[in-house]
Amino acid sequence: MSILIDKHTKVICQGFTGGQATQHCEQCIEYGTQLVGGVTPGKGGQEHLGLPVFNSVLDAVKETNATASIIFVPARFCKESILEAAESGIQLIVCITEGVPTLDMLEVKMRCDDLGVRLIGPNCPGIITPGECKMGIMPGSIHLPGKVGIISRSGTLTYEAVKQTTDFGFGQSSCVGIGGDPIPGSSFIDILGMFQEDPATEAIVMVGEIGGTAEELAAQFIQANITKPVVSYIAGVTAPAGKRMGHAGAIIAGGKGTAEEKFKALEAAGVYTVKSPADIGKGVAELTKW
Amino acid sequence: MNLHEYQAKQLFRSYGIAVSNGVASDSAEGAKEAALSLGGDRWVVKAQVHAGGRGKAGGVELVDDIQGVEDFANKWLGKNLVTFQTDEKGQPINQILVESCSNIADELYLGAVIDRTSQRLVMMASNEGGVNIEDVAEATPEKIFKIAIDPVQGPNENQADKLSSSLGLDDRQKIQFRDIYMGLVRLFLEKDLALLEINPLVITAEGDLLCVDAKINIDSNALYRQEELSLMRDPSQEDKREAEAAEWDLSYVALDGDIGCMVNGAGLAMGTMDIIKLHGGEPANFLDVGGAADSKRVSEAFRIILSDSNVKAVLINIFGGIVRCDVIADGIVDALNNMGVEVPVVVRLEGNNAELGIKKLAKCNLNIIPAIGLEQAAELAVKAAKGITQ
Repeated sequence: MSILIDKHTKVICQGFTGGQATQHCEQCIEYGTQLVGGVTPGKGGQEHLGLPVFNSVLDAVKETNATASIIFVPARFCKESILEAAESGIQLIVCITEGVPTLDMLEVKMRCDDLGVRLIGPNCPGIITPGECKMGIMPGSIHLPGKVGIISRSGTLTYEAVKQTTDFGFGQSSCVGIGGDPIPGSSFIDILGMFQEDPATEAIVMVGEIGGTAEELAAQFIQANITKPVVSYIAGVTAPAGKRMGHAGAIIAGGKGTAEEKFKALEAAGVYTVKSPADIGKGVAELTKW
Repeated sequence: MNLHEYQAKQLFRSYGIAVSNGVASDSAEGAKEAALSLGGDRWVVKAQVHAGGRGKAGGVELVDDIQGVEDFANKWLGKNLVTFQTDEKGQPINQILVESCSNIADELYLGAVIDRTSQRLVMMASNEGGVNIEDVAEATPEKIFKIAIDPVQGPNENQADKLSSSLGLDDRQKIQFRDIYMGLVRLFLEKDLALLEINPLVITAEGDLLCVDAKINIDSNALYRQEELSLMRDPSQEDKREAEAAEWDLSYVALDGDIGCMVNGAGLAMGTMDIIKLHGGEPANFLDVGGAADSKRVSEAFRIILSDSNVKAVLINIFGGIVRCDVIADGIVDALNNMGVEVPVVVRLEGNNAELGIKKLAKCNLNIIPAIGLEQAAELAVKAAKGITQ
């Protein structure tokens, strides 16, 4: 078992024939992902990486029965691409692209919620279920099929957590990079709930960072809903307060958002926190006594 | 990206929002002419910098004669203004905004921001304008009135009326408030703003609403479709090294320590700073080389890190996902060869093509200290900064 994706998941790629997409799709195929085709408007009928290219997501879904899409299109086209996928029957969208305007995301998020479509990202490394399916840009080789569910706002810190849980031999059930943007498609809470339900997940690692209140909200959710052991690291204890203009951001955050505040909230919710990003694997070992 | 007050007010005017009459100028002569053209016998003169807290720092004055306008401009133009929101050097003043003076009866607060939690655009208003609004929000949150706006449907007058009722405005002001509210929300949505703030929104002695200050921050990710706003960028208000780094798609923030950091990913970059500190060291900077780092960008990152004379050691921490470690290794070797880097460089490579990258570094015979894992990388960097390289 796992969350979101497994070896049966049929995946298409939007922006398929672009440079980044090509490089990463090759690696996904090599990893064993059932990539069944891709979409590049105007290139329908061609073949790329040995797979069919379609003009639209609708065409791709009709021909391949894909249920998931990974998006690599440039930021200015992401809103259209995500909405196209959501309205064409795709159930899971992973948007890797960074730099999507926040107002675009507000609209996209509302629409995906209305349609009941799960969106991960943007500005994220994607999702992987080790040994089964990789929908993302993470290096596959550091993963090991196993029992720790990993959620993170940061790409490379996710890899850090993965490598450490692999080195300890625990492995991962699934890893989800939700992305660091102000308006992410999925929150910590969405993914925490899935890991709680997933029988393969025996412990959870949550990696957060300063800014926003996602970790504080996750702490409340964990206290009320998560019975599995949770280890957490928050990046940015030493980050200086940025130069600010105006106060509206601070008012809306209500004094939350610092690493100290987040650590405090998580500890109060019974989460095992580590202060060094090098101690994530060790934290899991200490908490679970594995 | 931030705008100056005078630029924000230009935008306000184009959306039909009531602002004080004013003219910005970059010379004392120009400021004097501005005052004469505005007429009257009292003016507000305001230093234009990208920072709040200008009033308390002496950057805003009320003057009663033309000489006062000229004196203020001569005093401040070309100088830096230090406020509680700037660093100790302050922000350079290149323009003075001269405005007609209004008689203030009351001061309100109005702000708009994207609320991450409710995932809506939120407009906030309060009767406690002018004072430190953050303290008000923390001590008495009930004094901040909020309206959540659906970004697709946009604003409506009922929302405006609800806020003006909470603020206790009279009927005439309610109608004025509608224009301000509708204009501001339209401005926010059409111009891809990240933050908009008016503190204070005043009620004049005559009973009219008037925006006396204006702060605007634009979503940098949307600048490609906001050409008019992109032209308003003022590089003089940005940290020079940070701006240079941005040219290369590098995200750099200068800090006070002596260990230069080059990391891929903002989260890992912050994590690297955290672990350096846990080992008793002090990071000299935050630097995210980003997802598409190539040899040139690594060289540029080195140049920026080493332009800080406090740097005694460099820690390169790369966990390759998008980035290929062998490409980073080539960049490191090139930079060390071409730039004559004299400080020790601790390198930790992991992930995509890490083995190939490590091999390349091992072959180059340069002043590189290889590290395995994050913990060791931090230990070695802290030691190296103290002069211990064995």
